Amino acid sequence: MYSKDGEKYFILDAHVALWDARPENQRNIHGKQFIDCFYDYHRNLSPESEVWPYEDYLYYGGEKLMKDLFTDGYVDHAIFQPAALPAFYNNNFGQTDEAFALTQKHPDKLTYNHCWDPRFGEDGLKQLREDAKRFNLKGAKLYTAEWFGDSRGWKLDDKWSYRYLEAAQELGIKNIHIHKGPTIRPLDRDAFDVADVDKVATDFTDLNFVIEHCGLPRLEDFCWIATQEPNVHAGLAVAMPFIHTRPRYFAQIIGELLYWLDENRIQFSSDYAIWTPKWLVEKFVDFQIPEDMTEYAPLTTDIKKKILGLNAAAMYDIPVPAELQVKNPPADAKAEAAAVA
Amino acid sequence: MPDLEQLARSALDSVYDPELDEPITDLGFVRSVAAVDGELTVHLRLPTSFCSPNFAYLMASDAKDVLTAVAGERRVVVQLDDHHDSDLINRGLAADAGYLGTFGSEAEKDLDELRLTFRRKAHTAAMERALTGLLRANPALPEEDLHDVTLGGLPAGRTTDALLRRRAALGLSVEPGEPVLVDEHGEPYPREEVPLRLRFARSIRISIDGNAHFCRGLLRTRYPGSETDQTTRPHDPSVSAVAGEEARAS
Repeated sequence: MYSKDGEKYFILDAHVALWDARPENQRNIHGKQFIDCFYDYHRNLSPESEVWPYEDYLYYGGEKLMKDLFTDGYVDHAIFQPAALPAFYNNNFGQTDEAFALTQKHPDKLTYNHCWDPRFGEDGLKQLREDAKRFNLKGAKLYTAEWFGDSRGWKLDDKWSYRYLEAAQELGIKNIHIHKGPTIRPLDRDAFDVADVDKVATDFTDLNFVIEHCGLPRLEDFCWIATQEPNVHAGLAVAMPFIHTRPRYFAQIIGELLYWLDENRIQFSSDYAIWTPKWLVEKFVDFQIPEDMTEYAPLTTDIKKKILGLNAAAMYDIPVPAELQVKNPPADAKAEAAAVA
Repeated sequence: MPDLEQLARSALDSVYDPELDEPITDLGFVRSVAAVDGELTVHLRLPTSFCSPNFAYLMASDAKDVLTAVAGERRVVVQLDDHHDSDLINRGLAADAGYLGTFGSEAEKDLDELRLTFRRKAHTAAMERALTGLLRANPALPEEDLHDVTLGGLPAGRTTDALLRRRAALGLSVEPGEPVLVDEHGEPYPREEVPLRLRFARSIRISIDGNAHFCRGLLRTRYPGSETDQTTRPHDPSVSAVAGEEARAS
């Protein structure tokens, strides 16, 4: 919980990771390049006081995660969104066992989402069923730009991807987070392209599709799709830290998202450990659309409360203390939007 | 051969990052230019190892083309540094293998379509900058009336010049009587669609601007000192008071 000027905010960090990118876990040069790329994001967009030493960044472990998120970072609940990257790391990038054990220890604070790759075919589908049971999955994180043999990416509307989404629907994994953002090798199978979301959002209306990084660098394509599909949501991972280095640009992103979507479909994420939530939460609560940007309405306290936690809490059925709720909770609005559609 | 090096740098001004719509020289992507013993060697660098290889290839091969035009009989070597596909791309460039020849089965189509997509986006963004600038200068002007604004009705200056260049690149007419707010084929939208079209154009412009900020920052983080090779991204007339933001970011 974060409190400022008499207002209390329920904070749900919808995208965090527990990764291991130490040299002994790097399978090849790409493993090093990948974490170096993350570290450059971290150094480039964090305030100087929040920059970690490189060694800490390679691996930080559960204890530091708990401290950074919950002790120092005001977070009430966080959701793991792992990237596996087996082509780059010996024992995967996201640490499944360690992260899941933490959620078992702190079930009120942490939710574990797992990942899948439809290119594993029947074996992967079997694994998904086992994982859903083992982790009691409510959500998953999909990384369509993963390397696999000669393939450098896949699409949500591939035939096998549909089989996995059908299984997810049956298993109650209703929240599908998709990485659509900077990085990684899109050749003709453009891994940034958000067009495949359009198709699956129409075909799987029971599922929620959270586009991480809100489609940046293709904000316009994302907005166009999200306007038409009420089950498409924006995750603010990577967009958030612009609040520090490029506040006017951040204002434009938030302004556009509020215009094309609405205040109930935008979720706060720190993308920990790329950034720590503390300063992002503080800055967002203090943030306002600059007065000369007359094309955007000012951000109200209720909008900030929804973005910082209430929207994702509603999606994940995570209880929110009554005193932290707003008059028009996102859960009610969601039903309304679906009725219109 | 300093003259050739200078000539080479000027030639590289015409090579654009398609997604950021800026010359690779302004972005700081040119690491070095050296003319030694009848050989012209240029090293390029990008903001991360994972910059998309099709864009990387496009810029590197465009660079080789413009350098070959100024190098005369000399051999031209373009090297892309520190990229996850550096070896592949550098081999392809050395052999003039083309995009399909360089990437093989992963590249099914040539790059013309990609180039066209980003030319269209660049035009839409330039159109939005011009029209939003007009709206800010005339707060009483209803958005729908932008339907009637022609190229001749725009104030002279960098924003209008930029729009004309983007139109020319797409093969659209630059006659003063042409409407400003048009689709990718130069056709105007119905008057009632103007606010929505302007809004959509704005999200494209914000995307391109945002990518440019991000990539410039990442390059500076990755290569300390590279900021001296970057020019400031031109001031956006549709957004006032950016000076403070620039200062905070640097």
